[in-house]
Amino acid sequence: MAEVFLWGALRPSAGGAASVTIEAKSIRELFRKLEEQFPRMQPFIDEGISVSIDGVIYQDDWSQTLPEGSEIYLLPRIAGG
Amino acid sequence: MGKETPFTKREFKSVGTRPVRPDGIDKVTGRARYGADFDMPGQLVGLILRSPHAHASIKSIDTSKAEALPGVKSVITSKDFKDISKTDTELAEILENCMARKKVYYDGHAVAAVAAVDAKTARAALKLINVEYKLLKHVTDVDLAVANKAPVINRNCKTAGVDPAPTKASNISRRSEFGHGDVDKGFKKADVIIERNFRTEQSHQGYIEPHACVASVSPDGNGELWVCTQGHFVFRQQCAQMLGMDVAKLRVTSSEIGGGFGGKTHIWLEPVALALSRKANRPVKLVMTREEVFRASGPTSATSIDIKIGVTNDGIITAGEAELRYTSGPWGGSWAMLGAMTAFACYELENVKTVGLEVLVNRPKTTAYRAPSAPMAAFAVESMIDELAKKIGMDAVEMRIKNAAKEGTQSSYGPVYGPIGIGPTLEAAKNHPHMKAPLGENQGRGMACGFWFNFGGQSCTNLNIGIDGTATLTVGTIDVGGARASLSLVVAEELGIPYDKVKAVIGDTGSLGYNEMTDGSRGTFASSMSAIKSCRIAIEDMCARAAQIWDIPVDKVIWQDGHAHATGKNNNAPLSIAEIAATAEKTGGPIAGHAQIVADGAGVSFATHICDVEVDPETGSTRVVRYTVIQDAGKAVHPTYVEGQFQGGAAQGIGWALNEEYIYGEDGRLQNPGFLDYRIPVCSDLPMIDTQILEIPNPNHPYGIRGVGETSIVPPLAAIGNAVSNATGVRMTHVPMSPPRILDALEKHSEASDEEPAL
Amino acid sequence: MAMLVSTTINGDATDFSCEADETLLDALRNRLSMTGVKEGCGTGDCGACSITLDGALVCSCLVLGAEAQGRSIETVEGMSDGEKLHPLQQKFLEHAALQCGICTPGFLVAAKVLLEKNPNPTESEIRYALAGNLCRCTGYDKIVRAVQDAAAQMRRA
Ligand code: FES
Ligand code: FES
Repeated sequence: MAEVFLWGALRPSAGGAASVTIEAKSIRELFRKLEEQFPRMQPFIDEGISVSIDGVIYQDDWSQTLPEGSEIYLLPRIAGG
Repeated sequence: MGKETPFTKREFKSVGTRPVRPDGIDKVTGRARYGADFDMPGQLVGLILRSPHAHASIKSIDTSKAEALPGVKSVITSKDFKDISKTDTELAEILENCMARKKVYYDGHAVAAVAAVDAKTARAALKLINVEYKLLKHVTDVDLAVANKAPVINRNCKTAGVDPAPTKASNISRRSEFGHGDVDKGFKKADVIIERNFRTEQSHQGYIEPHACVASVSPDGNGELWVCTQGHFVFRQQCAQMLGMDVAKLRVTSSEIGGGFGGKTHIWLEPVALALSRKANRPVKLVMTREEVFRASGPTSATSIDIKIGVTNDGIITAGEAELRYTSGPWGGSWAMLGAMTAFACYELENVKTVGLEVLVNRPKTTAYRAPSAPMAAFAVESMIDELAKKIGMDAVEMRIKNAAKEGTQSSYGPVYGPIGIGPTLEAAKNHPHMKAPLGENQGRGMACGFWFNFGGQSCTNLNIGIDGTATLTVGTIDVGGARASLSLVVAEELGIPYDKVKAVIGDTGSLGYNEMTDGSRGTFASSMSAIKSCRIAIEDMCARAAQIWDIPVDKVIWQDGHAHATGKNNNAPLSIAEIAATAEKTGGPIAGHAQIVADGAGVSFATHICDVEVDPETGSTRVVRYTVIQDAGKAVHPTYVEGQFQGGAAQGIGWALNEEYIYGEDGRLQNPGFLDYRIPVCSDLPMIDTQILEIPNPNHPYGIRGVGETSIVPPLAAIGNAVSNATGVRMTHVPMSPPRILDALEKHSEASDEEPAL
Repeated sequence: MAMLVSTTINGDATDFSCEADETLLDALRNRLSMTGVKEGCGTGDCGACSITLDGALVCSCLVLGAEAQGRSIETVEGMSDGEKLHPLQQKFLEHAALQCGICTPGFLVAAKVLLEKNPNPTESEIRYALAGNLCRCTGYDKIVRAVQDAAAQMRRA
């Protein structure tokens, strides 16, 4: 079980919650379960979500594993110059 | 890759040295080829017709006269592109920006294009195109665009990120929110609270090389594109989709790039050139004029930021709150979102809330500019911190140190930080001799901090070992300022061979897998990670070859100092790369290492800048007299080019802070589309820019490398604002702090000084 | 109507044809493939197109091709002496005075003119002499240092 924190814009799709609890071992599984449980997150996931695992930001690279007890934070996909 | 090859505190031989860059000679002798320096046989000259109006619907376009002009080979309008708005809205908007469909949204928006045998004929043809417009009400100002009676720019735009979803169209395309804690509670604990509005004007990246490309499309669906870009793989993808071409059949070659800073991450004229070429069945060269660059490419957001910060008397920030409104041009973007994420990122706050609003206006589509959106937010936050420090009688550096984020701090945008460098840059600033240097009359000193994320992303590299033992590294990320030197150093380090035995080249889109742009400070970070992996694959192979040569098991071979060594009891002399390569034909063919990765874990970056300015009270004109940049670079691969990034970003920030702005008239037309009136800093405007590189290794990179390119543009607006305020006693809240704005502020201040105490 | 123009470019007698309203910059780049001369603005504001005309520093985008008749032109392409780089070129490389390098040809030509007139310029003289050349990448710091260092070397030579 991991507590997954949501950034502001994602919260309405989880009924306003700032975090949700999900059982997932990889980013792939995390997104699949989020889609199942919170269908309104779909457009955000399609647009691209970055996942911060213990402060290190990963793009939605599915193979990335989520270590037990890690801090997981979802962030919008960002662009640079 | 991050997890398998954690950072080790290794001693470097090549990395960290300062050799001459491999592409340097071509650039000092005039041989290097940039976007406009390339020709194809039989090429035509392309030109684009642009809207003189800020907002209008296109009733009709008559191109028949232009088409009939002798020497004109093709004329195109939006009709020559398939309507993709139903299948891919995001790409459709990019295409609509390249060629207006039903409406023009800004002064300079492309409406038609011609290709002709020479420039003279093309110019004449443009004049023969007749466009009938119906003028619409326009809005260019960020705050007017969100006001009640503002003309709605796009009827389909409903604010995203609001629950429940609004039904009425508005000029706010998206609302995003970040933060944690409870700001109301936080403000109750504060002894002093300040609330202000800050504004920054729109600036342009100002690269000296205008956009340019040469396109050639043949009737069999194959195409070639030579272009100055920060990401040829991305350009290929987007252009192919827009033109309905197979991605594999469009080969894009990147030219040398004459500056980009984010501005060359977006396409503008490339699909137009390709469409002109396809229609004419001839190559077409399209080069923007400087005026077109300003009117139709680039700029950053204009912003208006409402901010409120509370502190206790002993300097602890109890709450920070901001609403950030950023223009995004006629289409939505995520610029305010980036501002909202970065605004308070330097500090450890118990209670913080930021809201970003993306605002549509009749200005060119906003584009990334070096740490996009962060400088404006930092201007607001860092100006306030200085003001608050003064109010409670605390030293501004001390107050920042007290509140600085550290390892374990929850960032204002969410995640908890790993090892970060804000504290060390502040300590370095505090102890820097610059801080203690005396100031002259009318001079003031200011400082400010800045933050940027840095990115990783997809990268792909090829390493090929020549039969003489030299190495060619092919990368797919553009070299914007010395990357070939840095990557050659990394390969030299990893293989254990001299720097001058490595040649780094930028491959075209036919030679490598997909690579993301050189943006987000990712070029050296991500490509070096991939290059290291390429090297390690080749090394493994070379160890196997050595085992074959020696006829011993492969696990008895180790790699050290550029040589394969046999372990155990035998007296095989070590084999160099050249020796192994010489026998490649017999041991399995060419030696190579191909790697593709998603380079994650770029590692955030922080900077602290110190600056001294002198303000002329008569004219309001401001000179920067001393400037110091202190930034965390992770391991600095080529320190001279790291310094160059620090200095260049600071200079751009100084220009933005003091002079650079888009000026629109009542008619919504840009009034200063040229370097004469949009004045970037010249040599005589600036002092030497001192730098101090801090090397706080990035634990996610095998060499500890972080991105370094962008953070340096973040602090200058606020550092200069604070310096001006310390010189004059007036708080500046509007960037650029041009002479008229400073004079105005000085006058208002002297009028009000009887009632209000000075800052 | 195209016209024929006879000039000396980097020491070589060179003829080219150009239109009456064609700039020298366009003629050099498009007719003679001398693409070391860059165009950043076309309006005399950036200095990327700097060349010398009979020894005087000019923006070639502000000169007509026809005006070059009978005159001597020097560009970045003529700066090195065979294999040997001009000290300015060498010092620009050593000091990393270029990032993207688009401004470099103009700076080199302008700096060469400066050092011919003033072999020992102060920092501020260098800054004012190069104020007509825009660089967006470097913040000028390393450019000024490269010019100082080249000047010192040339004085020793
Ligand atoms: S191109 Fe001549 S000065 Fe800019
Ligand atoms: S090095 Fe890029 S403009 Fe000067």
